[in-house]
Amino acid sequence: MTRLMTRLMRHALPLLLTILALPAAAQVDRVDDIRFPPLARFDIPQPQRIELENGMVVLLLEDHELPMVEATALVRAGSGYDPADKIGLAELAGRVLRSGGTERMNGDQLDEWLESRAAGIEVAVAEDAARVTLNSLKKDFPEALRIYADVLRRPAFDAQKLEVERNRAIANVSRQNDDLFPILFREFQEIIYGPESPYGWTETYATLGAIRREDAVAWHRQMFHPDRTILGLVGDFSSEEAVRWVREAFGDWPRGTGTKTAAPAWRDRVTPGIYYAEKGDIPQSGIIMGHLGVRRDHPDYYALEVVNQVLGNNSVSRLFSNIRTKKGLAYAVAGQVGTAWDHPGMAMVFMTTKVETTGAGIEALLEEIRNLKARPPSEAEVEAAKRGLLDSFIFRVDAPRRVLGQQLAAELHGYPRDLLSRYRAGIEAVTPAQVRDAAARHLRPEEFAILVVGPNQGQDKPLTTFGKVTPVDITLPQPPERLRPKSGH
Amino acid sequence: MSRHPVARAALALLVLALMTPLVTAQDLKSFEERTTVHKLANGWTFILVERPAAPVFAFCTIADVGSAQEVPGITGLAHMFEHMAFKGGPKIGSRDWAAEKKALEAVESAYQALQTERLSPRPDPQKVEKLLAELRARQQEASRHIDENGFDAILSREGADGLNATTDADATRYFYALPSNKLELFAFLESERFLHPVFREFYQERDVVQEERRMSETSPIGKLLDEFQSAAFQAHPYKQPIVGYMSDLQSFTATDAQKFFDTYYAPSNLITVLVGDIRPATAIPVLEKYFGRIPARPGPPPLRTVEPPQEAEKIVVMENDAQPMYLEGYHKPANNHPDQAVYDAIDSIASRGRTSRLYRSLVRDKKLAFQVGSFSGFPGVKYPNLWIIFAMPAYGVTNEQVQEAARAEIERLKTEDVTDEELARFKTRAKADLLRAMRDNLTLADLLADHHRLYGDWRELFRYIDRLDKVTKADIRRVANETFRKGNRTVAMSVTRPAATETTKEKTR
Repeated sequence: MTRLMTRLMRHALPLLLTILALPAAAQVDRVDDIRFPPLARFDIPQPQRIELENGMVVLLLEDHELPMVEATALVRAGSGYDPADKIGLAELAGRVLRSGGTERMNGDQLDEWLESRAAGIEVAVAEDAARVTLNSLKKDFPEALRIYADVLRRPAFDAQKLEVERNRAIANVSRQNDDLFPILFREFQEIIYGPESPYGWTETYATLGAIRREDAVAWHRQMFHPDRTILGLVGDFSSEEAVRWVREAFGDWPRGTGTKTAAPAWRDRVTPGIYYAEKGDIPQSGIIMGHLGVRRDHPDYYALEVVNQVLGNNSVSRLFSNIRTKKGLAYAVAGQVGTAWDHPGMAMVFMTTKVETTGAGIEALLEEIRNLKARPPSEAEVEAAKRGLLDSFIFRVDAPRRVLGQQLAAELHGYPRDLLSRYRAGIEAVTPAQVRDAAARHLRPEEFAILVVGPNQGQDKPLTTFGKVTPVDITLPQPPERLRPKSGH
Repeated sequence: MSRHPVARAALALLVLALMTPLVTAQDLKSFEERTTVHKLANGWTFILVERPAAPVFAFCTIADVGSAQEVPGITGLAHMFEHMAFKGGPKIGSRDWAAEKKALEAVESAYQALQTERLSPRPDPQKVEKLLAELRARQQEASRHIDENGFDAILSREGADGLNATTDADATRYFYALPSNKLELFAFLESERFLHPVFREFYQERDVVQEERRMSETSPIGKLLDEFQSAAFQAHPYKQPIVGYMSDLQSFTATDAQKFFDTYYAPSNLITVLVGDIRPATAIPVLEKYFGRIPARPGPPPLRTVEPPQEAEKIVVMENDAQPMYLEGYHKPANNHPDQAVYDAIDSIASRGRTSRLYRSLVRDKKLAFQVGSFSGFPGVKYPNLWIIFAMPAYGVTNEQVQEAARAEIERLKTEDVTDEELARFKTRAKADLLRAMRDNLTLADLLADHHRLYGDWRELFRYIDRLDKVTKADIRRVANETFRKGNRTVAMSVTRPAATETTKEKTR
């Protein structure tokens, strides 16, 4: 931009802004006649980043709107590191990390302390990390943070509480086949990533039964170290005092010994074809098809954001508009080339439809994928998609909590710290040619695995119409003897 | 960071005050300073809350209508209308409105002809086939006039966030968020939506809703709740499934939908709350200009049917392939009853969190269940409804074992006072809930709209804090004794069909 232009902009813009902000004289009759005043300038709040001597990275973001504080620790202790014979370890140990109390406060005392202050500490385990969160009122936060540090550093793994959580996990296994959607996604993940990959695993009675308290203790000893932890604080504090609290709570946490945890593996290639699992007691078939997607740092990432908008991420996408709105074949239909931070996501489209239109549903999904090549996204489609992504970007950053959440994930996986502020430029640069190429590269219908779950009678077409059918057995194995229900309680 | 530090400070002050029991009158006052109520001449109420933390705003429109306003034959229509509200209007989504209007009329008469034959005592299959072909042809013709750049497409392109709507037993909500420079777009689209809805692609959308119903049947909890509701109510329309009965979804018409709209979408039956970076001085003229175009018309008639007192315990047992589930409910007054805070206290003490009675007894100590919960206001809140508890039995545990343990806890509420700690915990957490709701424009908009609908005044959201502060142990025992009676109870349980367990066999992964 020339200097003259810059000056013009600086002086003329506020004037223009004032004029445009005046209420329009008459109501418009068409959407295109609405003139939007420029959006007020908004800077993405930037967290302060510090690194403790023990290697723990801390992100701090002040937000003084309400007298509350939240802490989030991402610990590299995800379910992706579960041993094959103890699938479910991270999830189970993660729950007991919280419910089992600490060396100084047993689980029941911890529950009472938190709940009487409307505070909470919770653990959610994903494939890449255990997410341990704390939220509390401002006045309780300094003390709550000390207790939270104990949960992270000195959990008791109470044996009684382990049994409560195991009970829950076993009950969930027994219910694995009760609902359609969990079956559909669970079996599809196994087909895509392979039965030997943690990304395709599901807990069983046997793997849960094999987990002992020592395993939870060892899991914590191996994974929970400051140099495997990213901590974020957001809320009503001054960064200066927050740094002091964090140092007091975590400063003397010794660095880990550097034991390597092997990254989860997965299958490079799915075996294309039809897969079928029978579920008899429902009026619909679930259909899901696809193959591996890409990692988030793939050069096509921004083009794929646009592809996903066009294909299946919203209510005007091709999938929604053609399969739902026009054909009335489904209520739930969506799809995308999925990305994950540290491994390829899944490129997939799915729907549920009445059993009588199972074949029509498969055909409709395949047609939309083939059409991405035959009728590539037009310039207008690409423009609308880009504009939607750009104009809704503000909602990813309009609250400090949301910004911090994304920064923590980026930090955990070693992505650039300015990832968020690069997003707009990334989308703006996408061209229709890139969208077309990315769609062709990342959605290859001839390589699709197609999974159908539903009743085996009443379909409009036999599944063999679409290729060789591989049966998927979802029958639950019997639990080991000691987990079986005792009769006559 | 903020462009309006004064308003932000006021909010912080308010919530600080909320957390200290001394100054409730003042909290309300500071919130009131940022809140403007503006009722249009046609009766539509707008509530604007300034929260300029970021250049965005969210809104929630509540229509005071839900499945409780339906009668047999049109069940599911409130929800169907919600779907149709995304189809645009004459100015949104049409290439040529005059031609499309005609084509849509032709679709409707073709459908009416088909319907008459289909529902006749002895339908002639050949005739039905012919009329069906005729309908398809008319639909084809009508679809030629549709401009794909309709309601959703505009909002998607303009960066709307969270575009959606929900229908429950007594309210329908429409909501999304936009960058704050697009207030006029909101006003244009949302006024057009209710100025003259267009029932384009009605019968295709009806198929979509049928799929939505089927999808709810792919989960055993959906089926159990259907059975539970229909047993618990014998007269009140709360007995009907929100999504509607399949036969009605296969036969109600666009004409029915228009009639429903005319009755229940009178502007006086609508409340819209906007929260975010908005200024009433500039926003209200825009609202007047667009929403003021809608003519006033009489509001809907009140619902006549009142659920008679329950005289007998009801027990529903559903056999299926799924694991057991347990549910029981008791009739209670509508949520605007003075005792609602007491029900909320019972709810919180019974099932909220790891310190709750049901959790400690059933999950932690007896290990009979792995999940317990309760809920005060099922399936709706506007009319007398149900307080329900549910429990998911642990593996190998029967519903009867869970029932016995849950009943013991319910009995204890009737015979013993709750502890000081339990009561204090309820009050502290309810206040913090309100505080947390204020972090999000949409959550706040929804809460304010709902309170204004139920109580006629959004301030009730804050006055509730006073009411819950007054709840005593004696209140809890009194309400527990009034409510937890055998004759006032409906039980629903799902049990595993015996055959299903026999097919279990070994499988290695």
